[in-house]
Amino acid sequence: MSQILIKDRIPREELLDSGHLACPGCGAPIAMRLVLKALGEKTMVALPACCWSIIAGPWPQSSLRVPLFHSAFETGAAVASGIKAALEMRGDLETTVIAWAGDGGTFDIGLQALSGAAERNEDIIYFCYDNEAYMNTGVQRSSATPWGAWTTTTPAEHPEMRPKKDMLAIMAAHRIPYAASASVAYPDDLVEKVKKAKGIKGTRFIHILSPCPPGWKIADEESIALARLAVRNRVFPLMEVENGERWRFSVDHPGEPVEPYIRRQGRFRHLGDAEIAEIQRAVDERWKSLERRVQHGT
Amino acid sequence: MKADPRGVLTGTHYLDGDFACGEGAMAAGCRFVAGYPITPSTEVVERIGRRFPMMGGTFIQMEDELASMAAVVGASWSGTKCMTVTSGPGFSLMMENIGLAAMMETPCVVVNVQRAGPSTGLPTMVGQADMMQARWGSHGDYALIAVCPRSPQEAFDLTIHAFNLSERYRVPVLVMMDECVGHMTEKVVIPPAAEIEVVPRRLTARPPAEFLPYQTNGSLVPEFARAGDGFRFHTTGLTHDERGYPVMTPECQAKSVRRLLDKIRLNAGEIARVEEEDTGGADVVVVSYGITSRVARLGVGLARERGVKVGTLRLVVAWPFPEARIRELAARVKAFVVPEINMGQMVLEVERCAAGKAAVVSVPHAGGNVHDPEAICQAILGAAR
Repeated sequence: MSQILIKDRIPREELLDSGHLACPGCGAPIAMRLVLKALGEKTMVALPACCWSIIAGPWPQSSLRVPLFHSAFETGAAVASGIKAALEMRGDLETTVIAWAGDGGTFDIGLQALSGAAERNEDIIYFCYDNEAYMNTGVQRSSATPWGAWTTTTPAEHPEMRPKKDMLAIMAAHRIPYAASASVAYPDDLVEKVKKAKGIKGTRFIHILSPCPPGWKIADEESIALARLAVRNRVFPLMEVENGERWRFSVDHPGEPVEPYIRRQGRFRHLGDAEIAEIQRAVDERWKSLERRVQHGT
Repeated sequence: MKADPRGVLTGTHYLDGDFACGEGAMAAGCRFVAGYPITPSTEVVERIGRRFPMMGGTFIQMEDELASMAAVVGASWSGTKCMTVTSGPGFSLMMENIGLAAMMETPCVVVNVQRAGPSTGLPTMVGQADMMQARWGSHGDYALIAVCPRSPQEAFDLTIHAFNLSERYRVPVLVMMDECVGHMTEKVVIPPAAEIEVVPRRLTARPPAEFLPYQTNGSLVPEFARAGDGFRFHTTGLTHDERGYPVMTPECQAKSVRRLLDKIRLNAGEIARVEEEDTGGADVVVVSYGITSRVARLGVGLARERGVKVGTLRLVVAWPFPEARIRELAARVKAFVVPEINMGQMVLEVERCAAGKAAVVSVPHAGGNVHDPEAICQAILGAAR
């Protein structure tokens, strides 16, 4: 495999045009671009309110070459369920219907709709591009915001004091056929997972870590480097879960210390050594728990 | 009673309307806010999130607007003054629980910094098209109060007023801001705490054995007992009698719904508030509210230059609507002109009250920006002819 270049493992087809409205260094359009390459043009996107409702762009800067249904904030999975059901009634069994939501629209306001769709095992792929706060409204905390992070509603004096919600485990607990985590820093891994998901029927969930330079207070060019660090230090492990039971890691996670990852982000600037040690402890603990799942199932 | 000084940032400030609204809430004694981020209202809770720890307040960022409004209704029953803040889409999601608050007679304040709709609309740009939803948005018959600030100073003053009305009448009070007022920055004077009058929760003095939670003794507004103070406690969105327990009969429904409406309708003279200029000898009266009242002033100036006798009436309180005053004016003016950043909402109330005695001219504007004052002037000139 090492002889095959990444560019040869990722389809050349472009379904996301340049000229979209994302901020420089944003992970979200990279995620969309890779996902659409893997899914191909027979794809429809249900999009609740999120950064992508801006990124897709007002005319004439519309950047997507696939149909887009921009719905209310709490409804991504529900709208996708309806679109898929109606396409099936028309005899279209080929089109892939995806929901594409941010962490707020997935972890918080959209969780009820997502849980309902997963419980019914709707034949949709739900993507969460996770930038770890409400970035579109100017950086308010979400339940995806990591412990210790600054946001405008968790100011440095009172930073986020709860761990990030474990969405992958929540979705696995619905016993859906496929759930995975992916990263814009691992494009080949991401594309493989999306292709695999496309070949499975039922609710599929893919959680993509997507850095946000203004929200994380990092330089534009650091997005990919930090997303890669988050995997290497096990802050955001890349995994697959089949039928809620078979857990596996999809790439190597060498377990580098979290400190460089934390220190490079302005949103963690207020943290001292003791807090960073606490983050390391939590990451190590969760890793052990994930290893147990990989070895013994749930 | 006077305001708790811990919540009052006395001084002369340069604040936007959202921040001023947050300061008004804190000055009024609000110590619980539940909210969810939405443009153009988020700055209100960002301000409160920073300042609440200094005064023992609690801000919770909830998982959505249903939860925000529900948490406010719950928290209010602890006796705490509560608020949530949102804009159009979130306001829609809050409607069921606003109705619950009205049914349970729960004091609370809901701020809607209006943006252009429908649906997601223009999230960062102005609208005033939630005015009828404010009055009628939740299902069933109920009444509530809505105030309309037109400046950052009024965002401060009227938010305090909203809390006071909410405590006095035990209803949700809506602060119907708009994006322009929310995001404009002007001088805001915050007086000393000793000069700010606040209405505390009207707690019952009766012993638990004699207290009935919805008994009004003819006043229309029941006294309050906090959950956890030793009173038997049962509150519900089901139709209930004076004991607070469900009574599923048409008779109880008739009695309780009527009182929910009467406590606002019969006190409308006291609650409704307008601000008038030069309506005395006017042929035409311009009725407006919020940011539009400031734009209308320019249109009125242009019309006066062309010789029209025109006065202005501003809705400081939009709901209950100042029916009596519009009826009086209708008897002696030629026409009302009603500019608003919607396709014609409060103009329907003006028409209803004018009842054909004066002409009523709508000056609709779909939103995204304010009216062209010349359009308002032309409507005044047309109405004066």
